[in-house]
Amino acid sequence: MQQPFVTGTSCKPCAPNPWEVPGAKPFIQIEGVVKRFGAFTAVNKIDLDIYQGELFSLLGGSGCGKTTLLRMLAGFDNPTEGRILIDGQDMTGVPAYDRPVNMMFQSYALFPHMTVENNVAYGLKREGLPKREIRERVNAMLKMVELDSFAKRKPHQLSGGQRQRVALARALVKQPKVLLLDEPLGALDKRLREHTQFELMDIQDRLGVTFVVVTHDQEEAMTLSTRIAVMNQGEILQIDTPTNIYEYPNSRFAAEFIGSANMFEGQVQRNGKGSTFHADGLSSEIRLGDKTEVDHGTAVTVAIRPEKIFISRTQPENAESMNILPGRINDIGYMGKYSIYRVDIGGGRIMEVSAQNRQRHHESERTLDWDDTVYLSWLPSSSVVLTK
Amino acid sequence: MQQKRNSTFIISVLCFGFAFLYVPIFYLIAYSFNSSKLVTVWGGFSTKWYGALLQNEQILEAALLSLRIAAISATFAVLFGTLAGLALARFRGFRGRTLFSGMITAPLVMPEVITGLSLLLLFISLEEFIGWPAGRGVSTITIAHITFSMAYVAVIIQGRLSGVDESLEEAATDLGAKPFRVLWDITLPIVSPAMISGWLLAFTMSLDDLVIASFVSGPGSSTLPMVIYSKVKLGVSPDINALATIIIGLVTVGVICAAVLMFRQENQRARDMQMAASE
Repeated sequence: MQQPFVTGTSCKPCAPNPWEVPGAKPFIQIEGVVKRFGAFTAVNKIDLDIYQGELFSLLGGSGCGKTTLLRMLAGFDNPTEGRILIDGQDMTGVPAYDRPVNMMFQSYALFPHMTVENNVAYGLKREGLPKREIRERVNAMLKMVELDSFAKRKPHQLSGGQRQRVALARALVKQPKVLLLDEPLGALDKRLREHTQFELMDIQDRLGVTFVVVTHDQEEAMTLSTRIAVMNQGEILQIDTPTNIYEYPNSRFAAEFIGSANMFEGQVQRNGKGSTFHADGLSSEIRLGDKTEVDHGTAVTVAIRPEKIFISRTQPENAESMNILPGRINDIGYMGKYSIYRVDIGGGRIMEVSAQNRQRHHESERTLDWDDTVYLSWLPSSSVVLTK
Repeated sequence: MQQKRNSTFIISVLCFGFAFLYVPIFYLIAYSFNSSKLVTVWGGFSTKWYGALLQNEQILEAALLSLRIAAISATFAVLFGTLAGLALARFRGFRGRTLFSGMITAPLVMPEVITGLSLLLLFISLEEFIGWPAGRGVSTITIAHITFSMAYVAVIIQGRLSGVDESLEEAATDLGAKPFRVLWDITLPIVSPAMISGWLLAFTMSLDDLVIASFVSGPGSSTLPMVIYSKVKLGVSPDINALATIIIGLVTVGVICAAVLMFRQENQRARDMQMAASE
């Protein structure tokens, strides 16, 4: 079994990420795939490589083409143009029942007239395996998802979380090369979702199966994935790791879809010292990071994440190296571990700032209150310059 | 006060409605135990017409024939109707789909006289050209009944399938089942309740069809409704009342059994789901 790749916060000293290795062979190759339904183009010229052992997420709003792409991988729909290769093998013309992939459906699609055991065994029976082996593999799989005591139950006798695990077991028992998951956690409540999320990652880690997940939930995609493809209107806008997508979005859509961001439109101005940005309707200029490589006069959008901004009642001292804007607190949203402040910076503009609630305080002891005059400050390098 | 007047009004409307439906039937049942030969004159209690009915070979034969035709035609109607329903619900966008679905439902609204007459013409010309069916009788009635009742079955199956998540079938395909296997393992078990109710519907419709059967039957193949109708034309005899009472009895028992069974299943299911949710 190959070494599963681990990224993000839990990175052990591990092999370089496969997508960064020059010449590495992708496991799933999507080449110029187009899917049209009549006059409507659901998927528009997508090229995408997914490597072995990845937990890859297709992220986007409804109707962005992510599910259509997944269905083409499973073989339920055929591309209008282009082709899909899995493990080097061209999947064009290979029917769904012959593909080395299995899918976990959003609705779970458990067979209502079969017991849990028979649901899980169904795929193995179709392979014509000996009865003993089927029994062993089904039992092992049910044990793994902790449902061995529910083997004789029918799907309607299970709770939502249990059904989800049956669906997972049924898809995994065939030992597919790729597991496709359509909104795997969508039907679960919040608490169960967080728990299941880690369970999924753990299972993927242990089995080393390549997971391709479709989701509209950006938090889910962020925690689960090795890499994310952000999709909109049938096209992929950005493919990168969760961290890079969040910190270095390449488009307005990606910046807004993942997390929230304060957006300013305006022109870049370059001079000897560096780049500044003149936002429409804003009197002061915003300094941009040294690495900004945009020509003088280019119209761009600048995005600043709410948690990158400091908020204080007194003017910060290191005024030279920071961007500073005065404003008035318009609204406060108390979220427990942090608060969101909506600050009026004049000209009808509202900036959103979030700050950790590090000190325990009583309602009456609030340090920042409605209508307080505050200063917002952020590092020039925190500004994301977007040309798209 | 207002409330009370309303409820009296509603109850009397309800009583009137039920009376309208059931008084004639109770009247018929009561008179099946009438000892008088005159249908409208009460002559004391007796069960002699039930005895007379058992002696009446014409009626017994007709009843058996009707049951046989109903069973055979219902079975074939379910077979063809299910196939048509599957095609309509699951095969999107084949050429002429709208035409096909319109045509399959046409027998539902077609006057029976027209269906019967056209089938009669078809059978006659078929006999002329290919020599089959030779004369009209049981087989032509059966074919006619299959023709109109399969339309009902197709509509029932289509309705059931449109309420079933298509991803069930996709899941089976994904797990390695070829199309026929998917049909056998997943689709058919799921639509089987609809097939059973379709069979029952086709069975009853065949059993009480008079018009179409009259067109396509031949000598020596009179179904029960035909026999009753011809007897009534000569004057109602009390043994018909007895026969009707027996039929009503059978239907009542059948309906009650089905209702109890369904009620129990539904209850069990609700309990199971509650248990699963509370775990």
